[in-house]
Amino acid sequence: MNATIPAEPTDRTDAPLLEMRGITKRFAGVVANDGVDFDVQAGEVHSLFGENGAGKSTLMRVLYGFHRPDAGEIRMHGSPVTIGSPADAIRHGIGMIHQHFMLVNTLSVADNVALGLPSSRGPLTDPGRVSERIRELSETYHLRVDPNAVVWQLSVGERQRVEILKALYRNVALLILDEPTAVLTPQEVDDLIAVLRQMAQDGKGLVFISHKVREVLGLSTRITVLRHGHRVGTLPASAATRDILVEMMVGHALAPERAAVATGEALSDAAIVGLTPAAGQAPPAPAVATTPPRLVVRDLTVPGDRGTDAVRGLGLEVRGGEIVGIAGVSGNGQRELAEAISGVRRSTSGSIVLDGTELTGANPARARAVGLGYVPEERTRDGVVADFSVAENLLLVDSTAPAFSRLGFLRGREIRRHCQSLVEAFDIRTPSLDTPTRTLSGGNIQKLIMARELSREPRVLLVAQPTRGIDVAAARYIHERLREQRARGTAVLIVSEDLDEVMSLADRILVMYEGSVIGEARPDASTRAEIGLMMAGIRPDAANAAAAARATT
Amino acid sequence: MRSGVDWRLLLFSWIALPAALVGALLVGAVMMAAFGADPINGYRALVQGAFGSSYALGATAVKAAPLLLVAVGICIAFRANVFNIGGEGQIAMGGLASAATALAFPNLPSVILIPLVLLAGAAGGAAWGAIPGAFKAYFNVNEILSTIMLNLVAVQLMNFLLAGPMVDKSAFSTGGLIPETRLLSPNSWLPILVPGTQLHLGVLVAVIVAFAVYFLLWRTSFGFRIRAVGLSIPAATYAGMPVKRTVTLAMTLSGAMCGLAGALLVFGSLSHRLVTDGSLTGFTGSAGFNGIVVALFGGLNPIYAIVSAFLFGGLVVGGNSLQVATGVPSDLVTTLIGLAVVFIVSLEYLRHRARSRALALAHVAPAGAGTPGTPPATLVDGGSA
Repeated sequence: MNATIPAEPTDRTDAPLLEMRGITKRFAGVVANDGVDFDVQAGEVHSLFGENGAGKSTLMRVLYGFHRPDAGEIRMHGSPVTIGSPADAIRHGIGMIHQHFMLVNTLSVADNVALGLPSSRGPLTDPGRVSERIRELSETYHLRVDPNAVVWQLSVGERQRVEILKALYRNVALLILDEPTAVLTPQEVDDLIAVLRQMAQDGKGLVFISHKVREVLGLSTRITVLRHGHRVGTLPASAATRDILVEMMVGHALAPERAAVATGEALSDAAIVGLTPAAGQAPPAPAVATTPPRLVVRDLTVPGDRGTDAVRGLGLEVRGGEIVGIAGVSGNGQRELAEAISGVRRSTSGSIVLDGTELTGANPARARAVGLGYVPEERTRDGVVADFSVAENLLLVDSTAPAFSRLGFLRGREIRRHCQSLVEAFDIRTPSLDTPTRTLSGGNIQKLIMARELSREPRVLLVAQPTRGIDVAAARYIHERLREQRARGTAVLIVSEDLDEVMSLADRILVMYEGSVIGEARPDASTRAEIGLMMAGIRPDAANAAAAARATT
Repeated sequence: MRSGVDWRLLLFSWIALPAALVGALLVGAVMMAAFGADPINGYRALVQGAFGSSYALGATAVKAAPLLLVAVGICIAFRANVFNIGGEGQIAMGGLASAATALAFPNLPSVILIPLVLLAGAAGGAAWGAIPGAFKAYFNVNEILSTIMLNLVAVQLMNFLLAGPMVDKSAFSTGGLIPETRLLSPNSWLPILVPGTQLHLGVLVAVIVAFAVYFLLWRTSFGFRIRAVGLSIPAATYAGMPVKRTVTLAMTLSGAMCGLAGALLVFGSLSHRLVTDGSLTGFTGSAGFNGIVVALFGGLNPIYAIVSAFLFGGLVVGGNSLQVATGVPSDLVTTLIGLAVVFIVSLEYLRHRARSRALALAHVAPAGAGTPGTPPATLVDGGSA
């Protein structure tokens, strides 16, 4: 793996590209960074590894000028610098790619890339030249992006590529990536890693923040582990193993299963590009084959935002008491499928039937009335009204239910009692029922939506991206709740771009490719590699042959 | 780590409105001084004229009532995220519908006729609000344009009706008809509540309606839907709410409030006629626009709007006393209202900036170098620190 990264940085000078010495940062009594040392050489990938809250992001925000350190010093190329704002950081050639992308949704890729930079034609823009340069960079780094596409049409993976292009266009010397793989599919992660390797080869310094051992081991030149704001140690990737890193991260050795959970790995160790067989942690599927299917989708065709069909003749069935997982690279129609089932998006042909009731063309209210529970992908945009209170969002889909309204008047006492019990039952961490929902963490917002949907005792539960971007503890909680629903006999359909999640939760995995199901897999009988090939568009029989071929060589 | 910023936010939200008013009054004082008048004297006359006697208070309340109803209507529309700029037209339609009703049934007893003309006014305004509401909801027509254009249609309709079908044919002035209805049936006049003042039933109606709308917005499932749709159409859609119908109904209700204000302007007037001067403001006194200011000043809350309507009513009434006492044109009051708007908008901007900063510092910092103009849309979902 490390063979592609030069052992020695290409243009070595005496001083490293970046040196941070004794960085200390306190927030209202909490020490987020305590005398942390960190340095980056040109041409290396230096990973920051640690649990949520270990101080990784804080350290990088100090570097990027969001926070002023209380103590410590930053040097670039050996000379001390003061970074008081992101503008200073950029002037020193530092770029940062955030978890939440900083793009103008209504502008094109080229406009986003050129935004804020002086044009080569003075006061006039020079779109031709910008696009041309973007094409050059896209080609050099294999970043497939159409410069003329408008950002809102792009998938998450594509948006991240635009962010990387922005940094490349600005010719940064040092690029910080804050958990860049959290939003990507396995294939996209591999693509990203290839791009990052090439950037390192070209002499750029990269800081890679992650809590996924596999990626850190596969990509890094060196790894620094933080715990509770302290630097535990820095070691070359060649000397690191999963066990060493996890032990450094948590401070003591863990039992293997717990280590897997703590590092976000539902799978076996060091499956770096996913060619080792899965350990098969999924619990045995209950015997559901005999029960009639609760959700039946036939020949469904759904138009996408760009005018072409996003879902093409798709069929699937989900029985009560099973979890079916839909895996696939983002942008293969998963979002449109979920929206069609929930009634938010119209299908153009095919049928959706829930427990014998025709749902094709139904609106979301009717789908809910028939027994669909739905947790949308964009939870802060679609799942809740961000400016509503916790109580109002818990009521959101039930405001006309007889239990909570009589003759159109809301029954305040019943509503508060119901909301209070949901907050307690689902462990939603909120100061009060009247707290604005936008101030809650992503994990708590997801728990709120789950609480609301599950309280209606759905017969079919559709969950899109159940744990994307939320912390490990909340994610584990949500997984438990989904398994609990399966045990209660609910038909659960999850759509997730996190293959580890799908493999650990689902009884059956359907892989979506270009709008239809290309193949089915069982987590206990299939490997990441087999599923990965299907996600890349290779049909199962072909996939088996390819896997066999690999195994024999 | 956000306590400092929160404190500043709190300060902004509590002092912003009084500060805007004080700022407007200070600039007004400078202008009075420029006219050669004594500002202290002028303001004393203004306060005296507006609030200094029971008669003044009554006049202020009567001026405030239509403003309050429009403001309440604006609250409903803005809470649904629809910008109803069509208050003027809706008032005119309400006035016409209610006057036509009184002309048609002059002999009904007061107990029936008064509720009937008020309902007719509300219905006229509702129709004029439903049109842009439905166009926005079903055809995505910009409501700011459609409501403004419907204002123009309303004024022409009013001119037409008061030149022909509804005009008082008995009163000939030199060479033509005065654009006004004949004296409306006394059975339709809004009764005076406190003898010796102008305080009429309409004031009470307006205050009751304000409380009712507050109740509607925060205690009914329909109000819940209006607010959900206003804050997030995607979330309301996913929750299965009838978004289009809700937007249409909110605008209809908003128009009904303005139409009711129009009825008050007819039956609570001293002339007890529907009178115009050919322009729209001749009848409405710009209540359709000033009501927006009142609503914003009241934080889009119908109950706070009661206070702010009374304040603005006082400004208008006191402006006449100001003119009498100092010789400064009462138009200064219009300037004061305009200044108050400028100050509110400015402070609102500062508050917004403080809030964005607070969010940015707490979560993700403002867009990096390349994107100074990036809207803070992505800042809402707090990432893990």
